Amino acid sequence: MRDRPHPPLRGDLPGERGGENLKVVGRPLPRVDAAAKVTGRAMYADDLLPARTLHCRILRSPHPHARILSIDTSAARRIPGVVAVITGSDLPIKFGILPVTQDERALEHEKVRYVGDPIAAVAATDEEIAAAACDAIAVEYEVLEPVMSINAALGVPKDERIQDYGGPNNVHKFVALEFGEVEGVFERADHVREDVFFFQGNTHLPMEQHSAVATYIDGKVTLWSSTQVVHYVHRALAKVLELPMHRIRVIGAAHGGGFGGKTDPFAHEIIVAKLAMMTGRPVKCTLTREEVFYAHRGRHPVLMWVRTGVTRDGQITAMHFRTALDGGAYGSYGVASTFYTGALQTVTYDIPAYRFEGCRVFTNKPPCGPKRGHGTPQPRFALELHLEKIAHDLGIDPVELKRRNFVKPDTRTVNWLRVTSCGLEECTEKVMVASRFRERKKQAGHGMGFAISSYLSGAGTAIYWNDMPHSEVQIKVDRGGVTAYCGAMDIGQGSDSVLATIVAEELGLQPADVRLVTADTDTTPIDLGSYSSRVTFMAGNAALEAARKMRALLVEAVEAGGHRFEDVTFEEASILAEARFGTLATAGSYTPPKIAGPYKGSGVGPSPAYSYSACVVDLDADARTGLITVNKVWIAHDVGRAINPLLVEGQVEGSVYMGLGEALMEEQAFRKGLHKWPSMLEYKSPTFLDMPEVETFIVETIDPEGPYGAKEAGQGPLLPVPPAVCAALHDALGVWIDEIPVTPEKVVEALRRKEKGEPARYGPSAFPSIPYPPTIKVEPPPKDPSATAASI
Amino acid sequence: MAAELGSRAMFVAGGTDLFPKLKRRQFEIDTVIGLDFLPREIHNGSNECTVDAGVTLADASRDAHVNARFKGYADAAGLVSSPPLRNAGTIGGNLCVDTRCNYYDMTYEWRKAAGFCMKKDGDICLVAPSSPRCWAVSSSDTAPMAIALDVMSLRLRATPEMRSAYVKLRRRGSIDFPIAGAAVAAQLDGDIVTSCRIVLSAVASYPLQATAAEAFLKGKRLDGEAIDQAAELAARPAKPLDNADLTHFWRKRMVRVVVEQALHRISDQGAGFDG
Repeated sequence: MRDRPHPPLRGDLPGERGGENLKVVGRPLPRVDAAAKVTGRAMYADDLLPARTLHCRILRSPHPHARILSIDTSAARRIPGVVAVITGSDLPIKFGILPVTQDERALEHEKVRYVGDPIAAVAATDEEIAAAACDAIAVEYEVLEPVMSINAALGVPKDERIQDYGGPNNVHKFVALEFGEVEGVFERADHVREDVFFFQGNTHLPMEQHSAVATYIDGKVTLWSSTQVVHYVHRALAKVLELPMHRIRVIGAAHGGGFGGKTDPFAHEIIVAKLAMMTGRPVKCTLTREEVFYAHRGRHPVLMWVRTGVTRDGQITAMHFRTALDGGAYGSYGVASTFYTGALQTVTYDIPAYRFEGCRVFTNKPPCGPKRGHGTPQPRFALELHLEKIAHDLGIDPVELKRRNFVKPDTRTVNWLRVTSCGLEECTEKVMVASRFRERKKQAGHGMGFAISSYLSGAGTAIYWNDMPHSEVQIKVDRGGVTAYCGAMDIGQGSDSVLATIVAEELGLQPADVRLVTADTDTTPIDLGSYSSRVTFMAGNAALEAARKMRALLVEAVEAGGHRFEDVTFEEASILAEARFGTLATAGSYTPPKIAGPYKGSGVGPSPAYSYSACVVDLDADARTGLITVNKVWIAHDVGRAINPLLVEGQVEGSVYMGLGEALMEEQAFRKGLHKWPSMLEYKSPTFLDMPEVETFIVETIDPEGPYGAKEAGQGPLLPVPPAVCAALHDALGVWIDEIPVTPEKVVEALRRKEKGEPARYGPSAFPSIPYPPTIKVEPPPKDPSATAASI
Repeated sequence: MAAELGSRAMFVAGGTDLFPKLKRRQFEIDTVIGLDFLPREIHNGSNECTVDAGVTLADASRDAHVNARFKGYADAAGLVSSPPLRNAGTIGGNLCVDTRCNYYDMTYEWRKAAGFCMKKDGDICLVAPSSPRCWAVSSSDTAPMAIALDVMSLRLRATPEMRSAYVKLRRRGSIDFPIAGAAVAAQLDGDIVTSCRIVLSAVASYPLQATAAEAFLKGKRLDGEAIDQAAELAARPAKPLDNADLTHFWRKRMVRVVVEQALHRISDQGAGFDG
C-alpha cells in the first residue's frame, strides 16, 4: 500500500520529512549495536564485576504450597565467606507490577506458593559458598495441599486458598462484559457453533538468564539489571527498600532477550539491592536456568469456550467468548492478561455483538504473566480454528469466510477499540499468492493452513494511572556531536537502532552518527519500557518530536547566517546553532490519545494503532507416527512503515520461530507439584534443524499516528502461526487438534478416534462451570460510515 | 592417580555429558582426570576397522571408510546430540554414557525437592517406586550399534556381506537424546538374511537386544512382510517408562516403526564392504 497518500505527520514544523524522500528510514541498515553484540563486547549484567563484589544465591521452596513455621539461618551464617543472610523479615513489604496486585515479597517468610518461591538469600565471597550456605539454612514447613489445575482452583481448597484475596476459592479475577445484545442474535442466526480449546502454558526461554548487580555508595543504590522496564523496577525498589526514588538508580544492562519475561520487577533485583545496602559491597545475582523457569511470568495456560452465530454466507452476527486462565501463584500482570484474552478478537473481525467472560485462577505454579502477544495468542488460536470449523460447517472456503468478516480501516469495534490503518486484506493477498494456497492439491499427509492476527502498537494506558507522557526523549547537540537520551530499553528487538534512525533522518545523519544513552533512570527521561510492542511507536514519536525541534534550531541558525541548511555540514550547522542559541537541547514526548471506551475495564485493549499479520503454513504429517514436518511458512506483516526492514524481518522471523515452538512442542508441564523439566535440554523448543524456510512480506499501510507511519512488529506475527499449523494439519489428515502444543501422540489419538467413528479431534471435552459475576452491559459505539482516524 | 583418588575422581574425555552432570551435582568429585593422551585414530585394515576411543563423534561420523563399511555406526555417531558437542564428544565417551532419567538428570535442588532417587542419594526409583532397581534409560546412540556389530574393543569387523543401519527417534533435529532407536547389523546372501543383530536404544536401562526378531529373520528373505513381523517381535520386549520425552505409550508404539525403518534401510542398502 505504498501508493496510499501519505498523511501529514505530527508537528507543524517547516520542512516536513514524511514524504518518500527519506534518507535512512526504510533502509535495511545494520543495527547500531551489531558489532558490540556479535563480538561479545556488550556488557551484560553478568559481565559486570565491580571490585569486592559479593555473590548471591537464593534459597527457594521445595514445596508447591506450604506454611513456613521457622527459618534457622545460624549454620549458614557460620560458614567462612558468608557475609550476609537475609530472610523475608528483612524485606516484608509487598510489591507487584500492577497496583491492584501487590502480592509478592522478595523473600517469603510466612507461606510459599510454588516450588521455587524465594525464602532466603545469602551474600558470600563466591557463588559456591553462597550455595552451600543456602543448603545449610533449615526451614520447617507445614505442607499444604497444592492446587495444580484450573478445575482444582475453581473448587473448594482442601487446606487453604493460595492468596487471601480475589474471588471464591482460588479465583483471582473475573471479567464479564457484553457489548450489544448477544443472546437474541444467536436465536436469529442461521448457524451457531460452540467449541472448546486449550492453549498450554509455555515460557519465554531467553538466551540470557536474569541477572542483577547492585552497589550502595553515598546512600544511593545503583542497580544494573537485565530488565525490560527500568522504570517499573525503580518504583518497586523504592517501595520495598523504603527509599525515595532519587536515592535509587536503575540501569538496563545490555540485554540478552526478554520476550515479556523480564517485564516484572523481580525478587533477585530487590535482594541484591538490600544486600548491597547491608554489606556496603557490590552484590550480584545471576539466576540459574532452572531459576529462570521459576521466575517465569510466561504464557498462561488458557481453557476457552467460544460460541458464534453466523449468517448462511458466513457473516458473524454475535460471539460469546469465555476464558479460564491458570495464573500460577501470584498476580503479576494477570488482571491485564485476563482482559487481553477477550479484547482483541474484535480488531480483526467485525463482530456486531460480543460477550466476554474471563476468569483467572491461582495455582501452585510459577506465576504466569506477559509473553510475546500477552494474553492474545491463546484466544487467537481458538478464534481462528473456530472460524475454520464454521467455514467447514457452511461449506465456505475458510479464507473467504474470514475475509468477509475482516475489520475495515478507520472504524471502532463493538468494544470501542479504535482501528486506524489496517492491512489485513493486503497481508492475506500476499501470502495467498506467494504460497499458491488456492491452487494446492489435496494430498493425504500434506496440508496448508491459513490464519490472521493483530496486535497492539503499545498499550494505550500505563500500568499505573497518570496523565504524564509514556515516553520522553531529549536530544543534545554540541560541537558537531548529537546524543539522544531515552529511558527505552533495547531488549534485542532493535529499539536503539530505531531511535538512532529517526534522529538521524531528521538531522540528515546516519544512525551510527547518533550517540545513544538509554534505560538509565538517572540520566534518561522516562520511557515505560519494552513491553506491549510500544517502543517504536511511542519512543519513536517522542524522538521524532525532539529531533524536529532540534532540526528547526539548526535550520534557523544556518539560514540566519545566509546559508541553506542543505548546503552546510551537520557540524557546521551545529556550530552556528550553538553560537546562536547557547546549549542545544530539545525534548519530545509521546502521550497516547485517550480513546478508551466508557466502561470499567476499557483500559486494556486500546492502542494508538494495531499491526496486522497473515500467515500460511505448509506441512507434512505422518498418519502412523503423528510426526509433523513444517516445510515452509509464508507470513505478511502490516508494520505501517518499516523504519528498518532488516529489523522488521528479524522480528517477524523470530515470531514465526517462537510460534512454531509453541504450536509443536513447548509446554510448562508439572509433576507432583514440580516443574517437570526446568532445563533447556528437556523443555523442548525448536533447533535450527526444526526451523523451516520463512518467506516474509512487509506490508506498509503508513499509519496516520505512527512515526513515519510505523507500527509494531515484535509480537503480532507470532499469533497466526499456531492456528495456521492446526489448520494445515486438518488439511493434511482430517483431524482437529484443539490443544496446543500439537504433539505426535495427540495426532495419533485423534486419528484413532476418527477411525472409530468418534469426533475426529483431540482437545478438551468441556469448559468448566464458572460462577462469573453478572455481565456489565456496554452500549456499542455509534456507527459512523464517514468516520476517519481523526474523527473516531 | 585414579587409584589414589578413588571415587573422588572421574575420567573425562569430551566432557559433554560429564560436565553438565557435575554442575547438577549428580557426581560430586574433586578431580577430573583428562583422557587427552588416548590415541584418536581410525585404523582401516583389509577386513576390520579399529576406532580409538578418543576419536571424536564428528570424526567417526565423517570418516569415509567407516561410512562405506559400517554405515549404521557412522550414522549413529552422526546423530548424537548437536554438531558442537560431536566435535568434543568421543566414541569412547558415548559408549559409556550414563543412563538417563528425567527424575535424575536434574539439579541438586530439583532432586532434593522431588526426593532423591536410588541412582543418587536416595533409595527408591521414582519412576517405578515398587521396583527394586533403577529404571534410568540407556541413551547411547553408538552402544546399540556397537553391540549389533558385535564389536570387540571398538574393532569393527567387516565382511563383504555386512550391512548396518541406525535409526534414531527424537523430538528435534538436533541435541536430543534418543527416545527410541534401532541399531541393525545384518549379513545377507543375496536377499536372504544369514545373520542379524537388532539392538534397541532408549527403551530399557541397557541396550536391548531383540533376540526373537533376530532368530525370526535368520534364513528369511528380507521383504516387506518379514520386516513387518520382525519389527513386531522386536518391539515386544521394549518397556519405555514415563521418564523421558513424550509419553511412554507413544514411544512404545514407535519402537516398531524405528525397527522397520532400520530393516528397510538394510534391505535397500548395498553391502557395506567395498560397497
